[in-house]
Amino acid sequence: MLFKRNPNGIDLPYPSEITPQAIYEGRRDFIARMAATAAVGSGIWHMANREAFAQDGQKLAARANVALSTDEKLTPFKDAAGYNNFYEFGLDKGDPAENAGSLRTRPWTVRIEGEVKKPLTLDIDSLLKLAPLEERIYRLRCVEGWSMVIPWTGYSLSNLLKAVEPTGNAKFVEFTTLADSKQMPGLRSGVLDWPYVEGLRMDEAMHPLTTLTMGMYGQVLPNQNGAPVRLIVPWKYGFKSAKSIVRIRLLSSQPRTAWNVSAPREYGFYSNVNPNVPHPRWSQASERRIGETGLFQPKKKTLMFNGYDQVASLYSGMDLKRYY
Amino acid sequence: MALQLSSKQVGWVKAVVFVLSLLPFARLVWGTASGEFSDPLAAITNGSGEWALYFVCITLAVTPLRRLSGWNWLVKLRRMIGLFAFFYAFVHFVAFLWFDHFFDVAAMLQDVWERPFILVGFIAFILLIPLAATSTNAMIKRLGGKRWQWLHRLIYVVGPLAILHFWWMKAGKNDFAQPILFGTIVAVLLGLRVWWSVRRGKATARA
Repeated sequence: MLFKRNPNGIDLPYPSEITPQAIYEGRRDFIARMAATAAVGSGIWHMANREAFAQDGQKLAARANVALSTDEKLTPFKDAAGYNNFYEFGLDKGDPAENAGSLRTRPWTVRIEGEVKKPLTLDIDSLLKLAPLEERIYRLRCVEGWSMVIPWTGYSLSNLLKAVEPTGNAKFVEFTTLADSKQMPGLRSGVLDWPYVEGLRMDEAMHPLTTLTMGMYGQVLPNQNGAPVRLIVPWKYGFKSAKSIVRIRLLSSQPRTAWNVSAPREYGFYSNVNPNVPHPRWSQASERRIGETGLFQPKKKTLMFNGYDQVASLYSGMDLKRYY
Repeated sequence: MALQLSSKQVGWVKAVVFVLSLLPFARLVWGTASGEFSDPLAAITNGSGEWALYFVCITLAVTPLRRLSGWNWLVKLRRMIGLFAFFYAFVHFVAFLWFDHFFDVAAMLQDVWERPFILVGFIAFILLIPLAATSTNAMIKRLGGKRWQWLHRLIYVVGPLAILHFWWMKAGKNDFAQPILFGTIVAVLLGLRVWWSVRRGKATARA
């Protein structure tokens, strides 16, 4: 039995079903119509229109990168912006949308330093102008077993890394999230050692799929999704994609990453999406696609590297059961 | 002066408690049917598990509460509350069998066997089955009060197993606030029983 979750009962065209050039336009149209329907308002839409979920953020123009995008159905915005793991704002999935209003995203600077010839401190406007913005529709797979399909706005991180001219010693990249207890009530909890730190190997960071992200669904990132600038690494579990980044350091040795420090047996440094390596407490063979999987809709099979086979060569010869 | 209720009043209290106990279930049904839950399978699994634990705690609280308050009628609610603990544990188990394994019993059993965290929860659920099955008056008669009482002391094992299961689940995120809270509640409720039985033992020895 297929339970289509279309809250307004109308079968709207999805951008993926239109020709590539129309993807961008069609999505806008879809969003506009959703907003119009929301005005009529069922109970769900009432929820969706609460401030934190409202899709009324500042627009962010971008060119569609069709080559890197999936044509799968987009996750509803209210789920992508309402169901989040961002522990700096609380442990429950709804907490970030509720609490992240206190995050001040301007002024904001990101320091890029370490094994580089040209360390830089960039504000958010300079980051937005560093390279042409692209829209990339990626699958997002959370280590907890759920997944979404999200149109992100940003550009390949390699643009930024090239600008700082890495030295020969640069083997890893470390990303640090803001940790300000005045803005982030979740820092009171001892769940992780703050600040949140994530890391990639240099070749992973330079891969074109790895995206420095400033927006989603055609607008600037909502605070709860890691505003004003975050990372998206679509072939790794979601927690590898650090949010609200204030520092990027290039290093000669592997950085200590937050979840790996907290629970090394459960969360490895690599954390590539891998259906063959179960989490100690659950299988990773399948996933719940948010907005689709329901009681009568079996889960989707999880794909190796989340379906991004083009990264497989980064790991040739590596035992991915050992380097999970 | 302890509050005493007529059997008619107890009937009313029971009806109210029955309806209240169903509210968490109704919430899960509504959140799923309305599309409010972004991740309904996780919401049902987590929600039912949490309420199973709450009801185990409430069941264990009945006797201490009755002794401390003198409200003897509380014992008349115990069976119903215990059955709700089983009900939510059953929903939790079905959610696991359905959502995690789509009713593939062999795969489910393998999962239980491979993951100690699930095994512990599974044992707690299995131990609740004979308690639910022997909850009728007829079964109490058939078993005899003494034997029935011994059997139902299995709940003293179920409580700590449920806590361990919950603890393990939260351990991955170092999120121990709730496991500590409920662990303390169960420890106090079981500790009171030990304390009372030791005192009774001493009193008997003196007599």
